[in-house]
Amino acid sequence: MSEMKTSSPRRRFADRSLVQLTLVRFREFIRQPEAVFWTFVFPILLAVGLGLAFRSRAPERPKVGVLAPDASSARVVNSLRSDSSLMAETFATDTGAQHALRTGKIALLVVPSADGSVKYVYDSQRGESANARLVADHAIQAGGDRKDPVAVSEQHVTERGSRYIDFVIPGLLGMNLMGSGIWGLGFAIVDSRSKRLLKRFMATPMSRAEYLMSFLFSRMAFLILEVITLLGFGVIAFKVPMRGSVASLALICIVSALAFGGIGLLIASRARTVEGVSGLMNFVMLPMWIFSGVFFSSSNFPNVVQPLIKLLPLTAVNDALRLNMLEGASLAGVSSQLLVIVGWLIVSFVAALKLFRWR
Amino acid sequence: MVTTQHALLVKGLKKSYGDVVAVDGLDLEMMAGECFGLIGPNGAGKTTTIEICEGLLERDSGQLEVLGMTWESDTDKLREKLGISLQDTQLSEKLTVAETLRLFRSFYKAGRDIGEVVDVVELGEKRDARVGTLSGGQKQRLAIACALVGNPELLFLDEPTTGLDPQSRRQLWSLIEDFKASGRSILLTTHYMDEAEKLCDRVAIVDHGHVIALGTPAELIASIGATIPEPPPRASSHTLEDVFVALTGRTLRDE
Repeated sequence: MSEMKTSSPRRRFADRSLVQLTLVRFREFIRQPEAVFWTFVFPILLAVGLGLAFRSRAPERPKVGVLAPDASSARVVNSLRSDSSLMAETFATDTGAQHALRTGKIALLVVPSADGSVKYVYDSQRGESANARLVADHAIQAGGDRKDPVAVSEQHVTERGSRYIDFVIPGLLGMNLMGSGIWGLGFAIVDSRSKRLLKRFMATPMSRAEYLMSFLFSRMAFLILEVITLLGFGVIAFKVPMRGSVASLALICIVSALAFGGIGLLIASRARTVEGVSGLMNFVMLPMWIFSGVFFSSSNFPNVVQPLIKLLPLTAVNDALRLNMLEGASLAGVSSQLLVIVGWLIVSFVAALKLFRWR
Repeated sequence: MVTTQHALLVKGLKKSYGDVVAVDGLDLEMMAGECFGLIGPNGAGKTTTIEICEGLLERDSGQLEVLGMTWESDTDKLREKLGISLQDTQLSEKLTVAETLRLFRSFYKAGRDIGEVVDVVELGEKRDARVGTLSGGQKQRLAIACALVGNPELLFLDEPTTGLDPQSRRQLWSLIEDFKASGRSILLTTHYMDEAEKLCDRVAIVDHGHVIALGTPAELIASIGATIPEPPPRASSHTLEDVFVALTGRTLRDE
């Protein structure tokens, strides 16, 4: 990392080696359809899939069975049918009703007696059965002209920012920043090294600093596209909230992309084969996919390991993105996360440049 | 700039990898304007020697001057003045010929026009073709073109024609001869004796890491006459390859 070449002043901008090296990064990326797919299309497909799978919908209505061999139980049946918060089904025989209960087709069996009382048959260990009992009882008592002593009214709300898609879009963005940073640098550098291209470059006056800078510059350019694609999609298709300032969000993304670039550089600093570096990259990324709260909150893990999880770069990135987007946190509000990210950035770059194998 | 008659001066060069001695006290003296050949069996130390001269490997001991300069004090200047083709470089397959050359050209302060170099190596029609679609001979010519864009004074070619068809080989030979005709120097390694004989002013035979014979091809051939029996006389001095080329023509078949 010694010499920084100064080009002759007459040289055209496009013919400067830093510009040429950065252009090469672009060309190599966009001429690799699979890389374009994994970077731009895949996160969106994932967001669509998860958004559909976990979309908000009304909780399922409990299924209640009524043993109604004759007309005497009509009153109970009508009470249940008139309540839209449950689904009532009648059974003519006890065996049929018991079978439906056993196999989970109904959550509760109501057995009306001739004297007008009813018996509830259900498994009290099953949550939905306990719920069905409450709902069914309410319907039957109301049908029996019970008057509630306390008047109630209801207001229904849907809070943007509390849905699963709101949680997962920042997570996917963090995962994408990690993936493109680590793969983008790691793979390209080791590929050049294994093909002796890096060595060939060393045989020219090329500046090593410019070579490495070209990766960061191209990362920054693709970063803009990646962030806009994924967030734009989230905002338009799912109305994911963006409550924090866009400038802060941009800064979080840039620092994160640089940190993951540094980690990619570190992973690639010694490896000689693409196979070797692929294994290393997965080894580094897999724990973060699991622990850093991409698809589910990292608070699900035991308290003992929380301090370690908080130190993972992707955890800090995801937390910072969510704080900004969902809670509208300012930069000060994400300072502890930014500290972790910048720490990784510095440590990884210093270590990578010390270890880097230029041949 | 120091002026010198030596393009390359190597004295007592040594290099080991662990217990394996690759170069063991090698001496070379190559004059400016000379085309010098290093020949020898695999593992003789040719590539190690040439890579030390190119400043890509550190030597263990010995003296080394390239164009009157040393790697220790003139790295930047030397990089500008050398053209290098390594044995096994794979250029990026996703780039076109012109993009590759433009990239290499951007590394040098001064150099040649890309269009001119493309013409010299006869890749004009392939200018905008991706490197991945080129034939072996075309790739090798592109590698040489990358070595030429910086307008070097000294060219290092490590086995430039290995694995090429006769037409491509001859095309590369004429490239090398043109470069030599412009008064500049070339150090090349090869496994083909006819190539060394045709191109090189002088040849050093290297084995076990040092030079075991040195001279012009004619001198070396003459020196051997006394020690090994004359081969049975042939009707002509033509080789089978001459016949092949005479019958199939000299034009490149790159499709």
